[in-house]
Amino acid sequence: MHAAVIVFPGSNCDRDMAVALERAGARVSMVWHKDTSLPDGIDLIGIPGGFSFGDYLRCGAIAANSPICRSVVSHAEKGGYVLGICNGFQVLTETGLLPGVLLRNAGLKYICKAIDLTVTTDQSAYTAGYDVGQNITIPIAHHDGNYHADGETIKALKAEDRIAFTYADNPNGSQDDIAGILSPNRRVMGMMPHPERMAEDAHGNTEGAALFDSLVKHVVHA
Amino acid sequence: MKARVHVMLKNGVLDPQGEAVRHALGQLGFDGVEGVRQGKVIELDLTETDTAKAEAEVKKMCEKLLANTVIESYSVEMG
Repeated sequence: MHAAVIVFPGSNCDRDMAVALERAGARVSMVWHKDTSLPDGIDLIGIPGGFSFGDYLRCGAIAANSPICRSVVSHAEKGGYVLGICNGFQVLTETGLLPGVLLRNAGLKYICKAIDLTVTTDQSAYTAGYDVGQNITIPIAHHDGNYHADGETIKALKAEDRIAFTYADNPNGSQDDIAGILSPNRRVMGMMPHPERMAEDAHGNTEGAALFDSLVKHVVHA
Repeated sequence: MKARVHVMLKNGVLDPQGEAVRHALGQLGFDGVEGVRQGKVIELDLTETDTAKAEAEVKKMCEKLLANTVIESYSVEMG
């Protein structure tokens, strides 16, 4: 599997994401935001965490309009896989590839701690390595992770089994405890927690590793 | 020509920052404040001299970048 990890000015989880993907067996190319095209034969695009463009205007808004994002959107429209973690999730909502937005945390504070997530579906390449209802502990580190969408969108996410992860104890005010969601074709996923930070023994636990292992195993060339 | 864009959270979207400001005003003894909504003002300097054309262009900018219309509404003031 050949993955591209996009690097924006202010990305700070790009290398962690690359390491987690490589550990799972993927070949990884780092791609700069000013590039206009992706390397040939990319199966998965990773949009990493961080503070792209200093979170100016709105989190992810400037990144979503950077040159490489046109290629990210067309990759997704062709049925390609795209994983956005933390700031990457914010970028994906700003591109419109995922519905809703991430608002300022309800408690207004930046929160950085390991929290419990519940796996809500195993019907995706991202979550097939977990069981539905399984609890995993991985960190969050965000100021704007409060998921918000209109009632129709939330209804559709539930009806189509597109909520990937929920918070066991909602830390940020997200609607319906939503921590991660899937696109209608289940190939684009955004999540606020950081599975790449719980992917090897030195991290304290490896409960995030199954996500990358499962991706490498299931992703078919788009 | 100058344009001024006001971006506000739509009604019904929780504004935790506005709520915190309201709370702080209460602490300062301003008891009459029932609600606070916090938004943004963006000022643009444009080369276009035709007001109607400039306004149409700014509205496009709002739709594409300056506002996220899922949660925000905007208004444009020219001149």
